[in-house]
Amino acid sequence: MQYSGRAHKFGDDVNTEYIISGKYKFKTLDMKELAKHVMEDLAPGFYEKVTAGDFIAAGTNFGCGSSREQAPLAIKYAGVGAVLAKSFARIFYRNAINTGLPVVECDTDQLDPGDELFIDLNAGVITNRTKGTTIPIKPLPEVMIRILNDGGLAAHFKKYGGFNL
Amino acid sequence: MGRTIIEKILSSKSRQEAYANDIVVAGVDYVMGQDGTAPLAIRAFNDMGGAKVFDRERVAFVIDHSAPSPNEGVSALHKLMREFAGARGFRLYDIGEGVCHQILPESGVVGPGCLVIGADSHTCTYGALNAFSTGVGSTDLAGGMISGRMWFKVPETIKFVCSGILPAGVYSKDLILYLIGDVTADGATYMSTEYVGDAITAMSQEARFTISNMAIEMGAKAGLMEADEKTFAWLRRFTKREFKPVTADHDAVYARMLEYDVAKLEPQVARPHRVDNVAPVSREAGKPVQQAVIGTCTNGRLEDLRIAADILGGRKVHREVRLIVAPSSRRVFLDAMAEGIIHSLVEAGAALVTPGCGPCVGTHNGVPSDNETVISTANRNFKGRMGNSNAEIYLASPATVAASALTGKITDPREFL
Repeated sequence: MQYSGRAHKFGDDVNTEYIISGKYKFKTLDMKELAKHVMEDLAPGFYEKVTAGDFIAAGTNFGCGSSREQAPLAIKYAGVGAVLAKSFARIFYRNAINTGLPVVECDTDQLDPGDELFIDLNAGVITNRTKGTTIPIKPLPEVMIRILNDGGLAAHFKKYGGFNL
Repeated sequence: MGRTIIEKILSSKSRQEAYANDIVVAGVDYVMGQDGTAPLAIRAFNDMGGAKVFDRERVAFVIDHSAPSPNEGVSALHKLMREFAGARGFRLYDIGEGVCHQILPESGVVGPGCLVIGADSHTCTYGALNAFSTGVGSTDLAGGMISGRMWFKVPETIKFVCSGILPAGVYSKDLILYLIGDVTADGATYMSTEYVGDAITAMSQEARFTISNMAIEMGAKAGLMEADEKTFAWLRRFTKREFKPVTADHDAVYARMLEYDVAKLEPQVARPHRVDNVAPVSREAGKPVQQAVIGTCTNGRLEDLRIAADILGGRKVHREVRLIVAPSSRRVFLDAMAEGIIHSLVEAGAALVTPGCGPCVGTHNGVPSDNETVISTANRNFKGRMGNSNAEIYLASPATVAASALTGKITDPREFL
């Protein structure tokens, strides 16, 4: 799995309320509509700034807070190709893999806004094409690679009729 | 090698000797979704090719986050939940029955040794009943509804040893806020937590729920306690079912052991916009508040309402403050009425809303205006949490919220004891 795009930088503890506020998410299952509000309190106009395939690059504890799966889905439907962070909150981490949004644990301090990145999940390395540097990726647990490879947990269940980990 | 509580529960539920960092697929005792997460779970259930739920007696939906529905979008999602649960014959707790995390314990489906998954991050609440319960997202919930199973990485555990007795006017909420402030919002990420010591033993079962409820606010997967006579006495009110308590071994391996003496703890507040931005109430005293909230899965139980009524009874809420009270369940509401607590609260000037999540998640029941300050007994004060990103939220105990509602500013409740 390989991805390329530009980095959008965020800080530590980006919580689920920042990703998609409860005032929007309780009313609809239309993820395209929710995507328009993604990160709006942290980075107004973020949805307009994202080009399909771009990355979110954040600090520690990304996605802390609620169990809302609308958080990874809104990011995905906004066109973001993957989320890079120094660490993730656990429910968000599971939700992202389950819904097919790649999450990449790495040292994001080495990234600046607008850096052009090439991510090779299988090789476990990010190439910063702007800076000419490489950053290692902390590998995903094997069970999560299986779920991600199947296209998320729903596709995994459809394929095997249950957990086949 | 000795095992922690969560290692024992996950071993028993996966029928293997499991230790921290092992991956297991475990059987679940109960699966729950609420109105913010169940609609997406229904979509995932259908995408998975699901037909029926694994056991109709062990799955429930709860409508609590926006209850009754404030708009047609929510109404459509509630209808979807009712039709889905109705067609598959499992229980749906509808508006007015309460917050999911009060309903499940009161319905007797969770106790020592159980494994429960809920599509709500505060599912860790039942750790206070010696159960491993944890929050999952909608797709995991759908997988659990179909298969009755869930995969887990067995977590390491942080043990919080809390000695001493909490002073008068200082409650379990103050203690858990202090602990979160100490270890920070990601201090226990991916980990389980255990709470032991005479401070915990001395607490009522209701007070213990408040601690476990907020384990997620330090990133934890679980907030576990051992079961004792108080636990079983509480459970006997709601079920005849027998549960076998799960204790940690003396030689269990912990990632960290943290010791606290609670005897000199002051009332605490979490300041905007982070739950780990904690300070003694004395440092924030005098800050004007326009709205005060008592309720939620953290502090909407009978004991919480009683503590608030003891302070508010015979007095009047400050004229520039709106006090909103949401009992955590219909049972709690009825008990509080029978005790005269509701009468005291309403006479003092409280606005009562439907048992459920109340204004906690910004869907209804009291969205603050721009530049207003709210003091609440809830568990989260993220920017925008109550529906307005230009409002500030402080978190505190029911006593601190009640005292602040009387004076119109953040107030140490010990002034009213």
